[in-house]
Amino acid sequence: MDYARSSAQRSAASTKIVVAGGFGVGKTTLVGSVSEIMPLRTEALVTNESEGVDDLAAVPTKATTTVAMDFGRITLAEDLVLYLFGTPGQRRFWFMWDDLCLGAIGAIVLVDTDRLDEAFSPLDYFESKGLPFIVAVNQFDNAARYPLEEVRAALAIPEHVPMIDIDARDRESCKRALIRITEYSLEQLTASVAVH
Amino acid sequence: MALPTQPWTPDDDAPSARVVRPYTLTGGRTAPKVELPVEATLRREHGGSPDPTDANLSRILEVCDKRSVAEVSAHVHMPIGVVRVLLGDLIEQGHVRVQATLTADSSQDERRELIERTLRGLRTL
Repeated sequence: MDYARSSAQRSAASTKIVVAGGFGVGKTTLVGSVSEIMPLRTEALVTNESEGVDDLAAVPTKATTTVAMDFGRITLAEDLVLYLFGTPGQRRFWFMWDDLCLGAIGAIVLVDTDRLDEAFSPLDYFESKGLPFIVAVNQFDNAARYPLEEVRAALAIPEHVPMIDIDARDRESCKRALIRITEYSLEQLTASVAVH
Repeated sequence: MALPTQPWTPDDDAPSARVVRPYTLTGGRTAPKVELPVEATLRREHGGSPDPTDANLSRILEVCDKRSVAEVSAHVHMPIGVVRVLLGDLIEQGHVRVQATLTADSSQDERRELIERTLRGLRTL
């Protein structure tokens, strides 16, 4: 009985996928489209006062500042819950990404083609950490549409990284993105086992 | 002895800065006693030591069952780091148990098993 219990405890009861991208790119919309709860907001403390915090509103530099993170939850089975964490893409938030990405299945980098430069920082980060990621180009109503291969070239995304179009407001579209990053994470695991 | 549930509005514009330094709630401690990933889910354990008298610990204990560290943080309006320290206390006191997640020490097999379960779940949504 004790053996059964300890074995059950080793099997993970929850997991996470990270959604990264610039402000207003649709992270919270994506999370809300597939989450079974209204997206919740939590805060992490910004501990480094020397970092720029211009988007965090007028905060006296000596006061404790926080950065907000929206997240959602999907119950996948009786014994498994998936959490989706939306995180700001700017380099100054990297301090909280190590924590957020540890143990994650992978990441979705959400891209707005009008502001491609905002994708560079998350791309650099996930590449450097070896966390599997896919790039999802959010198709806004009024934004110009570019073929995915043009976006790949503009962002210098390696050939093996999957790229998809996404409508962050559409549940099925967001579900496909979650399936794609999970499949890719599994492919990467299989590839790394084959090499070793 | 159930406490009334706090009303909670997700769209509430939470302040991005506080006048009170958050770690005063933890007596200045910033490191939790146990490893607590943001997605780790918690189970309330009954029948252990008497319920905590500290109001913040009570609030956390009231909302934590079957929720993740991040959800607890959102529900009690405390930053993640503060919630981790206080949850660590509740775990040490036997009020709360933390359920397994992947860690840096997880094996390839454990990682694969979890990803496959996730994929199966996503495909049947």
